[in-house]
Amino acid sequence: MIEAHSLTKRYGERTAVSDLSFSVRPGIVTGFLGPNGAGKSTTMRMLLGLDAPTSGRAVVNGRSYAEHRAPLHEVGAMLEARAIHTGRSAYNHLLALAATTGIPARRVNEVIDLVGLREVAKKRVGGFSLGMGQRLGIASALLGDPATVILDEPVNGLDPEGILWIRNLLKGLAAEGRTVLVSSHLMSEMALTAEHLIVIGRGRLIADTSVAEFTAQAAGDVVRVRTEDAEKLRALLAAPDVTVESRAPGVLEVTGLSSDRIGRVAADHAIALAELTPQQASLEEAFMELTRDAVEFQAPAPELVAAGSEGSAA
Amino acid sequence: MTTASLIPAAARGEVTQARVIHSEWIKLRSLRSTLFTLLAAVLAMIGLGLLFSYFTADRWAHLPADEKAHFDPTLVSLRGFYLAQLAVGVLGVLVVSGEYATGMIRASLSAVPRRLPVLWAKALVYGVVAWVLTTAASLVAFLIGQAAMSGHHLGTSLSAPGVVRAVLGAGLYLTVVGLLGVAFGALIRNTAGGIATVFGVLLVLPVLAEALPSSWFQNINPYLPSTAGQGLLHIHQEPHTLAPWTGFAFFCLYALIALAGAGVALKRRDA
Ligand SMILES: Nc1ncnc2c1ncn2[C@@H]1O[C@H](COP(=O)(O)OP(=O)(O)O)[C@@H](O)[C@H]1O
Ligand SMILES: [Mg+2]
Repeated sequence: MIEAHSLTKRYGERTAVSDLSFSVRPGIVTGFLGPNGAGKSTTMRMLLGLDAPTSGRAVVNGRSYAEHRAPLHEVGAMLEARAIHTGRSAYNHLLALAATTGIPARRVNEVIDLVGLREVAKKRVGGFSLGMGQRLGIASALLGDPATVILDEPVNGLDPEGILWIRNLLKGLAAEGRTVLVSSHLMSEMALTAEHLIVIGRGRLIADTSVAEFTAQAAGDVVRVRTEDAEKLRALLAAPDVTVESRAPGVLEVTGLSSDRIGRVAADHAIALAELTPQQASLEEAFMELTRDAVEFQAPAPELVAAGSEGSAA
Repeated sequence: MTTASLIPAAARGEVTQARVIHSEWIKLRSLRSTLFTLLAAVLAMIGLGLLFSYFTADRWAHLPADEKAHFDPTLVSLRGFYLAQLAVGVLGVLVVSGEYATGMIRASLSAVPRRLPVLWAKALVYGVVAWVLTTAASLVAFLIGQAAMSGHHLGTSLSAPGVVRAVLGAGLYLTVVGLLGVAFGALIRNTAGGIATVFGVLLVLPVLAEALPSSWFQNINPYLPSTAGQGLLHIHQEPHTLAPWTGFAFFCLYALIALAGAGVALKRRDA
């Protein structure tokens, strides 16, 4: 269980995290989502007591992190910037961490096997590929068999096989009843891995919702209608807060009315409908929509939106 | 299916200072830079001691009278300390700054969130390793150096007054240089900056002090870290210096102040 109470972090003039509150439940994978620079890594460093909050408080498993007598057994973390000395072997890196709470060498070997680094365990970490580094980071996180696991962008730079491996690993950890918090700037990845989402932008909470709800909201209220009587239906639907667009003959895209309502109007006026579909915006689009105002370095926004809507109309 | 065997509650140990010391020992011995740097210190101590001893004896007949009058065969054989202190100081800095450079410090401090045990363990482990090796190297350098000078009947022995103090003193001085390195590594968190500071304090301050008017110099010189610390190596007390152990006590005090400052900084700053 992780709780953030009004966490705020300022670096000089810059506010990296602003009045952020959320809690992360055990038993499911929670995705921590936000564009680059949103404050995900900063928040995670505060959860681990590495950066002191300017104000607010972070609580992990009932206490602030620094108060745990056996932190590796409580929380396992992999931070975005590799926190590994490049001159040491993977085995010795893990052995040194394990020694701080008396974890035996046997467990070090277990996690090395678990992440599939057996063959390179005695090699210096400096020569590791990105993927091997991520695996070693995950091995460090799992070393103490912790109830809470915090991973910062674990799939960054991984090949599809590695991504699938992490996805299954995270789900497995959650299924064992652990609290799992994983950050990402990729909505599509989180949709496949997480059950719950905490979305932030510019250091502020934007959404705290289940993936299912998020997807439902993301669908928005665009309904696609195909009918031979398009012009007649269009006139019937007209209302101040309803917009109807037509990109092709006989096809309407209606915003501001539910599909139920449109179906009812059509039936009342004996208009035959060939199609009546609530549109699913892609999650990535919904995410971009949600965080559009919170993106730190913005590409020309209109292009993004235009490209997105064309994509769904096609 | 994912996580191998689970650790039972009874086997979940707490973080203790002793365990952190063990962890730091694993860290120190598992880096190649440790081996190379310490080897360099030992070789400098013994090799330069031999060279200085051999050439001093060789040139003895041509030395000016006042140099002969101040001749200190123990110090000559321990001259390698000057180079050895570079290696020992650099490694002291690296013990901490290497973790900042690679990001390892975040792993170390999340494993030991109270933080200070990490600094104390680093200082202790590195201090003990440096002390054992440099003391042994100092003894070997002394014995080989005296052997090289004995042909010219210039050598001294461990039983002569002050000699044991000087031989052990070289190891002690180098150990404290190493601790200064650890402290500045933690204060400055950057390898180049840490090294520059340590040697600024040890090598540059004395040079700057010499530029002062001589009455100032005479008052300040005894308390300069290098002068105070190196007094132990001189059989005969130099002018404008403190008594050997008094000077060394000051040197230790400086190192302790630096370490305390490092502790405060480590506790306060974001990792
Ligand atoms: N140590 C720091 N000093 C100054 N600014 C920082 C520091 N760490 C992060 N920031 C700033 O805080 C913001 C959030 O960064 P970060 O937490 O890394 O975002 P994310 O992980 O979501 O990409 C960014 O604008 C970043 O530049
Ligand atoms: Mg980040």
